[in-house]
Amino acid sequence: MLISRVVGDLVATRKHPSHEGRKILLVQPLNLDGTNRGDPLVALDAVDAGVGDLVLLVTEGFSAMTSVERPQSPIDMAVVGFIDHIDLLQGVR
Amino acid sequence: MFLGRVVGKVWSTAKHPGLVGQRLLIVQPVTPDLKGSGKRIICTDCVGAGAGEIVYWCRGRESSFPFLPADVPTDANIVGIVDTIDRQKG
Repeated sequence: MLISRVVGDLVATRKHPSHEGRKILLVQPLNLDGTNRGDPLVALDAVDAGVGDLVLLVTEGFSAMTSVERPQSPIDMAVVGFIDHIDLLQGVR
Repeated sequence: MFLGRVVGKVWSTAKHPGLVGQRLLIVQPVTPDLKGSGKRIICTDCVGAGAGEIVYWCRGRESSFPFLPADVPTDANIVGIVDTIDRQKG
C-alpha cells in the first residue's frame, strides 16, 4: 500500500462496465516526508474519498478488485482507506 | 491505473492465437497536464480507443479480465477513454 493524496478526479464516458458507479480518482503517491513519489495515478474509490484527502492506495489487482466489489475486472488500483495519523521512529524519513 | 495517450498502433500477423483480433496500441504514459512521462508501452484495448485519445490503462493479470472467458495474453490494457481531468489547483 502507498500513502497518497487525492489530487483530482476524472470523467470517462467510455470505460469498462466494471468501473461504472465508482469515482475515478487521481491520486499522488507520497514519500514519508510528504514529497511526491512519481507521477499521479488513476484509482477507483472504495471509501468515498475526495480531493485533498490523505489516503491508503493499493496497487495490485486482487486487493483493488475486492475493495470495490468488482471481482474479475480490470482494476489494479483502489483507494481503500483514510490516513488519520502517521507515527514514525525518530530519525526515520 | 495510469493515464496515457494513444500514439500509435502495432501490426502483428504471427502471434499467439489468444491475441488474434486484438488491437495493439502504443500508449505514451502522461501526467495529468498531459506531458509525456516514462516509456511507451503496447496495450490491448477493450473500449475502442483511437489515435491521439487520452485514456487510462491498467497493467498485470487483471488487464486480461475484460476478455473473459477468452484467455488473452496481455499485460497492459486500455480500460477507459478520458473525457475530462479535474485537478486540484496547486
